[in-house]
Amino acid sequence: MSRPAQDPLEAMSCQQFVEIVTDYLERQLEEARRLWTEEHLAECDACRTYLDQMRQTIAALRGLGDESIDGAQRERILAAMRTARPSAH
Amino acid sequence: MVVERGGSPASDDDLVEALRRGDQEAYAGLVDELTPALTRLALAHVPSRAVAEEVVQDTWLGVINGIDGFQGRSALRTWIFQILLNTARTRGKREKRTLPFASLRRRAEEGRNEPAVEADRFQGRRGEYPGHWSRPPAEWSSPEVRLAQAEARDTMLATIAELPPRQREVITLRDIQGYSAAEARNALGVSETNQRVLLHRARSKVRAALEELLDAQEVPG
Repeated sequence: MSRPAQDPLEAMSCQQFVEIVTDYLERQLEEARRLWTEEHLAECDACRTYLDQMRQTIAALRGLGDESIDGAQRERILAAMRTARPSAH
Repeated sequence: MVVERGGSPASDDDLVEALRRGDQEAYAGLVDELTPALTRLALAHVPSRAVAEEVVQDTWLGVINGIDGFQGRSALRTWIFQILLNTARTRGKREKRTLPFASLRRRAEEGRNEPAVEADRFQGRRGEYPGHWSRPPAEWSSPEVRLAQAEARDTMLATIAELPPRQREVITLRDIQGYSAAEARNALGVSETNQRVLLHRARSKVRAALEELLDAQEVPG
């Protein structure tokens, strides 16, 4: 892929890629910078691995969201709520 | 006003109505759903689990007291997170030392000077390819399995526990709770750019911690 003619930037370094990766995943890069990033990814196995690891990290974090409530904490909260609003039966 | 994913103000109507009636099942469902995330967020601001649980309990009492006045200008869950954050920040100020200058504190929280990956993993200026990997990341084998194991979960939770409060808030809402950028911005009152900077720092640190764990687990050779 050739660099867009208006892109004044040098070839991206890996050190630049790891700082731009979130903007890339969030689709917040303007077109020229997105192409600049994809050009680097096309040539760089290590940064593709890095991108995979970021995606795997995000998926693993999402898995933490399945954590269920602590039973004792639940009882304390519901008891406090019943006291606060006696009508809630 | 940003229209929000999932919990859009309109789709909350039935639930809000049930809460106003004092429907205990509706309250219990919401308590079950949100309490783990609320507790994690509170812990970013207060020094102990016990205090965090008090903050969460006060938040639920705040929901009961405030639900009649809830205007539906934001999604219900965003509103609950706002109550939690106000309560936790107020409580945290009493219990914690703060950095003297707001701007200094903000820079420290955003981690503007922290690299996503340590500089010594890249070639220096005199290297053949400056700025390219000298120690590249190794592919993780069976990541879905290994990242779901207790060790990886503990590593992620410990890393998040060490993050500056703002980073912790953003990664909790965005990645753990799965909220959109707009919802996180509304709940936390941060700009689009700040939200992304905070998310970037937080995710980069969690990835680095997982890399350290998984690389250490690999059998050498």
